[in-house]
Order: sequence, then structure tokens, then C-alpha cells
Amino acid sequence: MALPMEFFTAVAVHPFLQYALAGSLLAALGCGVIGPFVVVRRMSYLAGGVAHSVLGGMGVAYFLGRDPLWGALIAAVVAALIIGGARRYVHHDRDTLISAVWAVGMAVGVLFMARAPGYGTDLLGYLFGDILLIDPHKLVFLGVLDALAVCVLLAGYRAFLAVAFDEEFARVRGLPTGWLEIGLLTLVALMVVVLVQVVGLILLIALLTLPAAMAGQHVRTIGAMIPVSMALGALLSVGGLATAYVYDMPAGATIILWVAVAYLVSSALSWRRLQGA
Amino acid sequence: MEAVPAIEVRGVWFAYGGVTVLEDVHLTVRQGEFWGLVGPNGGGKSTLLKLILGLLRPARGRIRVLGMPPERARLQVGYVPQFAGFRRDFPILVRAVVAMGRLGRGPLIGPWRGRDRAAVEAAMREAEVEGLAERPIGSLSGGQLQRVLVARALATEPRILLLDEPTANIDQRGERDIFDVLRRLAERMTILVVSHDIAFISQYVQRVACLNRTLLCHATDALTPESLERLYGAPVRAIAHRH
Repeated sequence: MALPMEFFTAVAVHPFLQYALAGSLLAALGCGVIGPFVVVRRMSYLAGGVAHSVLGGMGVAYFLGRDPLWGALIAAVVAALIIGGARRYVHHDRDTLISAVWAVGMAVGVLFMARAPGYGTDLLGYLFGDILLIDPHKLVFLGVLDALAVCVLLAGYRAFLAVAFDEEFARVRGLPTGWLEIGLLTLVALMVVVLVQVVGLILLIALLTLPAAMAGQHVRTIGAMIPVSMALGALLSVGGLATAYVYDMPAGATIILWVAVAYLVSSALSWRRLQGA
Repeated sequence: MEAVPAIEVRGVWFAYGGVTVLEDVHLTVRQGEFWGLVGPNGGGKSTLLKLILGLLRPARGRIRVLGMPPERARLQVGYVPQFAGFRRDFPILVRAVVAMGRLGRGPLIGPWRGRDRAAVEAAMREAEVEGLAERPIGSLSGGQLQRVLVARALATEPRILLLDEPTANIDQRGERDIFDVLRRLAERMTILVVSHDIAFISQYVQRVACLNRTLLCHATDALTPESLERLYGAPVRAIAHRH
């Protein structure tokens, strides 16, 4: 038990670790609520597209000397609206559209960063996360996004669930299914911005989907998946953070590997249970 | 005063892309009647249901449901789709599926009201699925799932029930179970059921309409073996002449 002891002793004295811990718990909370919807609706690819397009907004914000987090937020919401809106009004192949948004966002980001004045930007931080650089200002920003995503989803839970389950029936019951769809995408976009800071835009898809997928292997309803994936996400991201601190490894990557190992174990358990049944 | 018809379809045309699916269709279903809608695959039966639900709009013609445009009458209509629009492995229990029939009745936010919960329990009893309430939908047989979808439609407390091939993917025993449920329901609501199996549904329904792509004929009198023969035979010959 040396590892947790060493980590928690350090947390007690280093504010940057306290902020990092708070950031990873915020991420776990949000992923626990949004993740199950992403998993059951099979929206992972879409979430990946929104995540990567965020680089465009961060690049432009950096070029203009503004806060990259605001750039990320604007880019994520715009990407969600483009993908959701196009699906509603144009009957194009959605995968192709997501691929385009994904790649164009990254291309824009790289171009603007290359032209940005001053020293080279911390591209790696955007791609793989910079959880140890979270400060109180960022924490408030992430907390507000997180709370917004969680509250909206829980408030509209019944409607979001109905559209996720059977869109045609929801429409017959008079629900504004198009708007609910775009709303869900926007909530995913908010979560993406929180996660970019914690694990980076390349790795975040694992933290968004794998805890929910693990929960889905062991409980029978989406309502039960939410608390289970929250708890799993919190446990794994704090575990990853502690490991990264103690062994001096990149935190984002370490968290993701913890999540991946847990997913393997969970899949094996679930497979064994199915065989036994 | 004559009650307003449950469903009134007047000179309706509809095309997917350039292909005409429905051509000058007329149909009047009075309140309280139990109708079967039969015809070959691709004959436009499901399309007509979607028009009645307001999910599609006719290119020409007019549809009234309980005297209202379909979009406004929707909440009075219980719908049982042909292919359930959901994945069988979706993590949800039967009771939550049936509860979706209550959507659109009250506020979308907050817990279900007592009368919503009561309507859900009553609908499950009526469709004989109350014993399955705590089961995930992935564990149900085809017949059980179909009855759950009937329960979901009943939870809406509809005045009209529309069913699209409710027995297409289930065995004969399950088919009989569903139609026994429908026969009971027909005593208090209007029912329109789409089927490809006219011989079977004719034991249950009062009237039959036959839809074959471009024309609809229907019995104005109660169903008899002769009218049945005539109805189902005529459109088939009409198609044969067409090609």
C-alpha cells in the first residue's frame, strides 16, 4: 500500500495535485452520466470526431492570444451542431461527415499553431492532456461545463432515453426528437472539452466510453450504468493519476492504460459469467 | 349527429423519390371498428400507417384522424411498429419500455406521476406482460416482445390503435395470443391492424381493406367469405393487367 500512501501524502501538500485530483473526479462524474448514452447509442465515432475537431478551436484561440479552453468549447459545440444538423436536414452518410469534421478540425488547429506568434505551442499537451497544469481558474471552467452537462442530461433523462431507445416512437409521442438529438451531441461536446484538459483529445474517447461499457457488462439498465461507470471512472482515473505521480509517468496515458486493463478484466469476467450461465 | 370518423383518408398520393407508392387512396374507418389492412409486400401498407401517424406527409390528398390533422391527433393514437426501431440488447427493462407510452402526456421533467404509473401497470396487465416487468428486453421471445410493444401502445391510453404486422416474426401460438388481446381491446377502441395473412385475421377483424400499391378497395358491408375472395382477388388481377 506504499503507492496510495505516497500519493495521498503528496496530495495533502501539493495544490497542483489537489487540482489534478479534482479535475479527474470531475471527468469521471461527467463521463459516468454521458458515457452510457454514447455507448448504447454507438456514438463513439461521433464523439471522436468532436474531440479531434476541438484542436481547430484551440489553435485559432492560441493564434489570437485567447484562452484555448474557450476555443475548444466553441469548436466542440460547432462540430456537434454541424454533425447533428446535417443529419437532420441532409441525408448524407454520417460517417463521412464525421471524418471530414475530425480531419478539418485538426488541420485548422495545426495551421494556426504553426503561424502563432512566440514559441511553439504545447501541442502534445492538447493531444495527450495536461492534468498537472490544471489551475483553480480552469477547474472552475471545467466544473461549470461538467455541472451543465450532468444537470441537463439528468433533467431531460426520460426524453433522452426515449430518443436513444426508439426515435420513431418518441416522435409519435410528440417529442422534439431532432432537438433532443442535437442536445445530446452538445452535451457530448461539453464533456469532450472537460476531458481534453484531463487526458487530451486523442485519449479521451477511452475515458468517455470504456467505464460505461464496463458498467454495461454487469448491470441491466442504463440508469444503473450511470452510477457504476461514475465509480469506475473515479477509481481508475485517481489510480492512474497516483501511478503517474509516483513513477513519474505522463498522467493521461497512465490513466488510459488503467482503464484499458480494467476493461479487459471486466470483459473476461462478463464472458466467464455468460459461459457459466 | 354522426360521430367524426376515427380515420379518414381522402385521395392520398405518396411517392418515395420518384416511385409512387400510394395512388388516390380512400379509406374511412369509423370509431369503434376493427379493421384489417392486407395486401402484398411493398403494397404501401406501412407507408399508409406512417401517413396516418403524421410521420410522413401525403404528396396530395388529405388525412384526418378524429377530425384533426395527423400531427395533432398523434397523442390519441397507439402505435405498434413492424420492426421495432431499437436494438434488442439495449439495456432497459420491460416496465421502462412500456412507460415510454406515457411520454407526451405530462411534464417531461421530474418523476412519473401516480396516474402514469397506474396506466403502465394497467397496460401491462392488459397485454399480459405484467410477469415480465423486471426482465431486460433482450431476454424476451419474439411473441413476448411484441406484447410488450402492444402494452407500450396501450399505456398511451389511445382511442385508436395502429399495428403494423404485429405477428410477422412470431410463431402461431404467439400470433393467437396477440389477436386474443386485440379482440378484447376492440370492444373499447378503434383498431387498424396491418397483416399479410388475410385468412388468419379474418377470424378476428370486422372489416378488411386491401392495399396494393396503387389502389385500395374496401368492404362497405361486414366481412363475408365472398367479399373477402373478391377483395383479395381483384387487386392481384389489376396488377397482372398493369404489367
